[in-house]
Amino acid sequence: MADNKEFFNRRLHSFLGVFPIGLFLMQHLVVNHFATYSPEAFNNAAHFMENLPLRILLEFALIYIPLLFHAVYGIYIAFTAKSNLKRYGYFRNWMFMLQRVTGVLTLIFVVWHVWETRLAYAIYGTEINFDLMADILSSPFMFWFYIIGVISAVFHFANGLWSFCVTWGLTVTPKSQKFVTYVTLGVFVIFTYMGIASLISFAF
Amino acid sequence: MAEETMIKMIIQRQDEPEAQPYEEEFDIPYRDNMNVISALMEIRRNPVNAKGEETTPVYWDMGCLEEVCGACSMVINGKAMQSCTALIDQLEQPVRLEPMRTFPVMRDLAVDRTQMFDSLKQVKAWVPIDGTYDLGEGQRMPESKRQWAYELSKCMTCGVCLEACPNVNDNSDFIGPAALSQVRLFNTHPTGEYHKAERMEAVLDEGGLQACGNAQNCVEACPKGIPLTTSIAALNREATLHSFKSFFGSDHHV
Repeated sequence: MADNKEFFNRRLHSFLGVFPIGLFLMQHLVVNHFATYSPEAFNNAAHFMENLPLRILLEFALIYIPLLFHAVYGIYIAFTAKSNLKRYGYFRNWMFMLQRVTGVLTLIFVVWHVWETRLAYAIYGTEINFDLMADILSSPFMFWFYIIGVISAVFHFANGLWSFCVTWGLTVTPKSQKFVTYVTLGVFVIFTYMGIASLISFAF
Repeated sequence: MAEETMIKMIIQRQDEPEAQPYEEEFDIPYRDNMNVISALMEIRRNPVNAKGEETTPVYWDMGCLEEVCGACSMVINGKAMQSCTALIDQLEQPVRLEPMRTFPVMRDLAVDRTQMFDSLKQVKAWVPIDGTYDLGEGQRMPESKRQWAYELSKCMTCGVCLEACPNVNDNSDFIGPAALSQVRLFNTHPTGEYHKAERMEAVLDEGGLQACGNAQNCVEACPKGIPLTTSIAALNREATLHSFKSFFGSDHHV
């Protein structure tokens, strides 16, 4: 372990995926869900987040830096795997490959999403509100791009939560691992529903 | 005499380590209760392919012929297993044989599994008992622990779990599930436990425990039914404790 950083990097990658990135994802989807009540409700919730103290610091410490590390190291992990689903089509092998595929999809989506919202705000002063999202999602292509992006992100988080539990040695027995599979399935269903409901409210 | 039943076999062959692989078909006369090895022996006895041409006999490795040595492992109809316990009656035809390409192929179906031995050395999968004087008897092991540890000791280093693992390949240094499970076995042993911290350091080195991606094919593929993924998760828990202890604490090396 002395000269080798792989163990540390892997564990950091696993940890950051849940704290803070996973927590941020859940918070983000909860805020978005206010869009299903009314445009004002969403704008109020978004403004509350915007007005949190030390916002720039929070964004860098809890979102940008962890996400950048998770993404770069994640790509490295994804491309060291060699799929053998054709020969070994077991459930966990599917989850293993989907985790890698959704990771890459989520990264593409997040880069575009950050560019279109946060960076547009920073560079052009675009105001972030219900109307901006309604405008973006009025294009059917972008609507489906967002649907795929949200499902990928939530899947990657939910299944990542499962492997987090194994990686840190929380779930050792097959029984406990199976139990957490069902828990994470629940997480996937709930947050996918919330994400899609928000997107539909913005778009229609 | 009634016409003989024939078995069709498609074998991926390779003349030497650097040579291009090619496929060769064989028709082998069926006998009752044949296994893949007896079919290969039939080719060795009469090395003629399905086209009726003389060919070189197919080369493969074998040892015990009772699924305890692991030498005769190969990919049979897409899945890695031992050819001694692969019964022709239970296989779909044509039977396709390939070497386990996770390892360097020496010739035809024989591979070089040296890397597995190197991994066992890397993780110190042994109990050091040599001293300058008689160390006496070791500690006793509780029967309940012996029972599950025995399951781990069934590993024959056959390489099937490495072949099934999507993270063991040319792009990665991952040592694979077999050696990891052995670390759990020797950490459990009452005398082996003395070197637990040392073994943990070794197992967290490049390509160690952390390179597992939890695809869990290994536990499905293991011919000995070894709970490989439980071993990996148990080691993960141990690694969590070990890394926290060595970062924050002292006096934890037994």
